Amino acid sequence: MGKIKELYGKLGKTKLSNKTKSILMILAGLAALLCPFIITSKYTLHVIISCFIYACLTLSLNLIIGWSGQFSLGHVCFFGMGAYVTTLLMTNFGMNFFFAWIIGIVFTAGFAALLCLPTLKLRGDYIAVVTLGFGEVFRLFLTNAVDITRGPAGIPSVPDPTVFGLEISGKTAYYYFALILLIGFIVFMKRFNNSGFGMAVMTVNEDDIAATALGLDPRKYKLSAFAIGGGMAALVGGFYAVYMGMIAPTSFSYAESIKMVSMTVLGGMASIPGSILGAFLLTALPEMLRSFSEYRMVIYGAAMVIMMIFKPDGIWGRNKRRKNEYKYVAMRGVKNGENSASKKRNN
Amino acid sequence: MFLQHLLNGIVIGGIYAMVALGYSMVYGVLQIVNWAHADVLMFGTFIGLILTGLGLPVWAMVIIAASFTAVLGMSVEKIAYRPIKSANRKMAVLVSALGMSTFLQNLAQLIFGSSTKPFGAIEKENYQIGTIMFSNMQVIILIITAIMLIILYIIVYKSKMGVAMRACSVSIENAKLMGINTNRIISMTFGIGAFMAGIAGVLIGTYYSAVYPTMGYLLGMKAFAAAILGGIGSISGAVAGGFVIGIIESLGAGYISSGYRDAYAFIVMIIILVIRPSGIFGAKHIDKV
Repeated sequence: MGKIKELYGKLGKTKLSNKTKSILMILAGLAALLCPFIITSKYTLHVIISCFIYACLTLSLNLIIGWSGQFSLGHVCFFGMGAYVTTLLMTNFGMNFFFAWIIGIVFTAGFAALLCLPTLKLRGDYIAVVTLGFGEVFRLFLTNAVDITRGPAGIPSVPDPTVFGLEISGKTAYYYFALILLIGFIVFMKRFNNSGFGMAVMTVNEDDIAATALGLDPRKYKLSAFAIGGGMAALVGGFYAVYMGMIAPTSFSYAESIKMVSMTVLGGMASIPGSILGAFLLTALPEMLRSFSEYRMVIYGAAMVIMMIFKPDGIWGRNKRRKNEYKYVAMRGVKNGENSASKKRNN
Repeated sequence: MFLQHLLNGIVIGGIYAMVALGYSMVYGVLQIVNWAHADVLMFGTFIGLILTGLGLPVWAMVIIAASFTAVLGMSVEKIAYRPIKSANRKMAVLVSALGMSTFLQNLAQLIFGSSTKPFGAIEKENYQIGTIMFSNMQVIILIITAIMLIILYIIVYKSKMGVAMRACSVSIENAKLMGINTNRIISMTFGIGAFMAGIAGVLIGTYYSAVYPTMGYLLGMKAFAAAILGGIGSISGAVAGGFVIGIIESLGAGYISSGYRDAYAFIVMIIILVIRPSGIFGAKHIDKV
């Protein structure tokens, strides 16, 4: 154990120079660009696209859980809502994919804000229950409102999107589409993380009473973080619908929410590389270890417990704010949670 | 028809009340939601199923299954909640509890298979008074619920341990100063809650004659909605909330739409959280700096 800890500490301290960093970035970019030419297997490409989809979803969930500190367990509801609204607009009204997509995103973001309203006054566990309950109500709606959603059968043959007369179809095209989405998400989250708005969201997360004293309205930041996270999930949902070519209520079940939460938590809360790492690991590993697939969820569950006991920050926690956090911890006199009992009451 | 729905609602409400008590008591003492509660219940029900298969008499089966559930509930606390000492404890415990719930649910799927199994511990007989139909199972559920609630009342309000338990729910630190072994009390709280859940699990398993690994999920969520409705942390609130949720669900399924049967509890819960987050019987909680 000791040795592993030492090694881990060294790894954490290793600082890459800017030059090596940029070289690595360029290499990674090239690899990502050339991926469909090197990998010919359709199945492998599908797994990679799934990795991208989950990475985007994890980023959007991490915005709500990690950055804003609201434990949402119904994220799949926003994902599904984006997928359904986009698809229904396309199939029923023959709308262009991109228009339908935007309407789906805006609709879901508004809905997320509405859902967030009752939970604003509440503490962590309540938010989790309300979002989970809502996810369940949404799934029941999808299954029961046969007139609108076609019920459990789902909607088959979602049309492919067209850009300037060019139809996006086939694995390779979708691969690039997903790649663009992922890069867009990463850039957005980086901007968010370093923006004043992002800082305000994090301040509210750390201590909303102190934030109020600073003149930040906690409700505003919690609400907008929830809405943005929901909108981002809807964006991925719209892509998912056209990529899969069909959607059904079974794709948007509670287990899917749990999967996203475990990716977020294992990867690292409020961490961009952590989210991507978590999503890639938990999507690709089960595919590689097909024979263990039945143990997958058991291992997820156990990993969540073990991780929370030994490394509650996740695999790749928010390194960037480590320095400030040490100060914060020292100020409070909290080391390894010795003082956690008194803190618990205050949270 | 109304009385019929009401009766069905009260019967199922008794089961919700028993499960809700586990959530409420743990929340009262530790201020955490025991997400794994419902999955512990499911494990207990499977043990009951296995014991029935072995040919044990019903009363012995119920007691052994509930005891096993109690032990499992206590071990969950020891494994997943007690060791967590992170600075952001609340979030960490929530995730860990969720992990434990996922773990138990999928472990059950591996061990027992994911199919629904019939559970016929008690031979079913139907009776009729006027227009109301009821079965012996419903009578048994009501009687056992009443007995369990009385026993719980005696434990919490009349026994020494109950005093210690209530002291812990006021303030753990002060209870420690008074010489109460808080770890033992916390463990016992989980044990008692899980024992009740074990009995509720066996009852609902026989009532619907269905046992499956995900049975805890919806049952647990509805029970939690009941605990919130009554005011989480309050014992009488959990009982009242359980019956109210049961009746609302039964009437809703009968008069509005049965397709949304599972949704009513959540809708009620969301409405309660908007109007009165502390629940019917709950004390108002004020966040201190």
